Amino acid sequence: MSSKDKGWKEVSPAGVCWKSSSTYLTGDWKTYKPVRDLEKCTKCLLCSIFCPDAAIHWNKEKGDIEFDLNFCKGCGICANECPTKAILMKIE
Amino acid sequence: MAVSQGNFVISEGKFTAKDIAEKPELFLSGHRACAGCAAPTVLRLIMKATRGPTIVTNATGCMEVSSTIYPYTSWATPWLHTAFETAAANASGIETALKILRKKGRIKDERVDVIAFAGDGGTFDIGIQALSGAVERGHDFLYVLYDNEAYMNTGIQRSGGTPLGASTTTSQAGSAVPGKTEHKKPIADIMVAHEMPYVATAVPYYWKDLITKAAKGIEVDGPAFMHVFAPCPRGWRSEPSKSIELSRLAVETCIFPLWEAVNGEYQLSIPSKVIALAPQKKKPVKEYLQVQGRFRHLFTPKYEKILDTIQQQTDKNWNRLLKKCGMAQTAKTA
Amino acid sequence: MKSVVKQEFQGLNGDEAVALAAKQSDIDVVAAYPITPQTIIVEKFSEYVANGEVNTEFVCTESEHSAMAACLAAAATGARTFTASASAGLALMHEMLFVTSGCRAPVVMAVANRALSAPLNIHGDHSDAIAERDSGWIQIYAENAQEVYDSVFQAFRIGEHLDVQLPVMIGLDGFTLSHTLENVQVLADDVVKRFVGTRQLPSVLTHEGKSVPYKLDPANPMTMGPVALPNYYFEFKRQQEEAMRKALVVIKQIHDECAELTGRSYGDGLLDPYKLEDAEVAIVCLGSTGGTVKTVVDELRTEGVKAGLLRIRTFRPFPAKGIANALGKAKAVAVMDKSMSFGGNGGAVFHEVRHALYDGQTHPYIVDYVYGLGGRDTSPSQIRKIFEDLQRILQVKHVDELVKYVGLRE
Repeated sequence: MSSKDKGWKEVSPAGVCWKSSSTYLTGDWKTYKPVRDLEKCTKCLLCSIFCPDAAIHWNKEKGDIEFDLNFCKGCGICANECPTKAILMKIE
Repeated sequence: MAVSQGNFVISEGKFTAKDIAEKPELFLSGHRACAGCAAPTVLRLIMKATRGPTIVTNATGCMEVSSTIYPYTSWATPWLHTAFETAAANASGIETALKILRKKGRIKDERVDVIAFAGDGGTFDIGIQALSGAVERGHDFLYVLYDNEAYMNTGIQRSGGTPLGASTTTSQAGSAVPGKTEHKKPIADIMVAHEMPYVATAVPYYWKDLITKAAKGIEVDGPAFMHVFAPCPRGWRSEPSKSIELSRLAVETCIFPLWEAVNGEYQLSIPSKVIALAPQKKKPVKEYLQVQGRFRHLFTPKYEKILDTIQQQTDKNWNRLLKKCGMAQTAKTA
Repeated sequence: MKSVVKQEFQGLNGDEAVALAAKQSDIDVVAAYPITPQTIIVEKFSEYVANGEVNTEFVCTESEHSAMAACLAAAATGARTFTASASAGLALMHEMLFVTSGCRAPVVMAVANRALSAPLNIHGDHSDAIAERDSGWIQIYAENAQEVYDSVFQAFRIGEHLDVQLPVMIGLDGFTLSHTLENVQVLADDVVKRFVGTRQLPSVLTHEGKSVPYKLDPANPMTMGPVALPNYYFEFKRQQEEAMRKALVVIKQIHDECAELTGRSYGDGLLDPYKLEDAEVAIVCLGSTGGTVKTVVDELRTEGVKAGLLRIRTFRPFPAKGIANALGKAKAVAVMDKSMSFGGNGGAVFHEVRHALYDGQTHPYIVDYVYGLGGRDTSPSQIRKIFEDLQRILQVKHVDELVKYVGLRE
């Protein structure tokens, strides 16, 4: 992914960040991953609201929720907060 | 002045979860906060309340470090960090520069909001001077305190925001001392005493209340302060999956009541108002304390009297708040 | 050859000279906290603000630490910023000085050099600014109020230069310069405004993959002041050092440009030698003491003594090469330090001058005189005695004490 790190002459001064963290995948942190039961899910979107990692998206076109496992850290907040217990945390 | 965003007006609370979910993320995935940390949720939701161009500044702390590890950044807005004490001083400088540069025609004549984020370290303690000064000078910005009740970033050391009885690495619970022996500094009340336009408390569980208040804080002309509770599973020794639930329990036990002070006039927010009107709903503090390892020692014979002290102090604070909100009642646990 | 512009005389003390130069430099934000002997600067500037004479926002912060943070944040937003401090106030800013230079923010600050506590002392010495010599700030020390005036507006051009992008501090001796009335030749407002120009911004690469002007701008979001782990931090520090090296050239350039405009020069901008070319015995010093030494040099010259002075105007970046050249012919040199480095075998200026001469062809005797701490006055006769000491050293070909103290009650 990254080429050799730049020397002091080339690197942009003052330490301004030049990569978005959306290229830093934290998904490998998890031990458990969320699994959604589509029948129980009411699409209330609380999981999307509460996810600390913004790893649960509302896909407007599809009209459905999407879990981005590239960033999910497996904290289980979504499962804990889901009002219908539609999400279960399963071992990866 | 409330600004309509699409078909909803955030500061009036007229929005749905879908409206929020469809707003672009300004605090991006890929940050290195611990799994289950409530603070990123707080930041994400606050940023959803923004109404246009926004500049953010952070004090040193968990959120700053975890979101800006060079060369990566999780911030989609312009963002500045300088030091630990300086969130409010930075905001003062940014707001002032925007004002004069606009006046001189050196930048676009558009409104740019300024938000300062800091933890309890950067607010209760080392940052309080800058905060107090910035508020006294009346700079137009929103200051958000994300409170995880200790200096978590440096390893869970006690802060002025650490509650009574909590075990931290510098207020350890041992055979001679039962954790922190001092009370939590009433930071939000201190800010109200500054006679500032808007002060509010919020928790991530009551997300709608939080976002509404953030929008109000952004819109208000002058300084606004939000004290937001941000449970930390690592430092509190609690379940990562329960961080949001803990923030709800904090409200239900009245350990962290929800209120706003608009020009010094206190008013209870709905989740706490419900408890005020139906005192049987008020949960005993034990329910909140027993799921956190940092209070474990309070459930031993040697220190269990402190549980009573915590309950009494909580009730005392709750009653005092009710009086300020014009809802004086006795609050007894069910 | 351009002719010198029209200037008028005004009776100003050093602080007032600072305030006037600041007033004329089209500053956007001033965030400052008062401390003796800089108070006249902030008060005078407040007067300008109160009478609508400046288009500048003035923030009275609640401490110097916040003043520097606010200046840095304002500079990060694209504003031209200015502040002033001294002594304990500068010390309180210590953390933020490093952050400011690390962020490459060209903040300009006047420092009314004053002693550090304890015990408390409000009078002039250099311990405040010398203690910040590692902070990454350019440091220029002025000899008189005229030089203070000229140096303040030069500072904006130096700091904002695209090769430099570093903060600049201008030192003026507390009370001796800050509070002493002098005849200062002042330029017209529009002349200074034209000289300082508008602030230029370097370009940086952002996380959006764009190379854009370095400022907080919603149109081009960027993250400033991140965490740089061991595998990244070092390179940014090397960049700062490179900027300091380039500043050696830029300071001279700006000085010369200003000299053409005003008809006044201070050596080459880095070093201000006086009767040094053939001097056998020489004193090296910073600041207003240079003026007193010149008087003694003149007196000694009439007596046939080959005395000279090297006043270091720019202490950071340290013009080592220039110093080695300037002192090359001298046989005995006394460095005067108006600060102490406890346990350091002499003061900072002594260390650095000696270091500059170490690799040279000639090795004059170099000794240190610590003087004037806490604002203790140093008279021409005491300075004369220093020259006499140097002459004795040349006679006996021996230095008995490397570090001496002037005017100390033993």
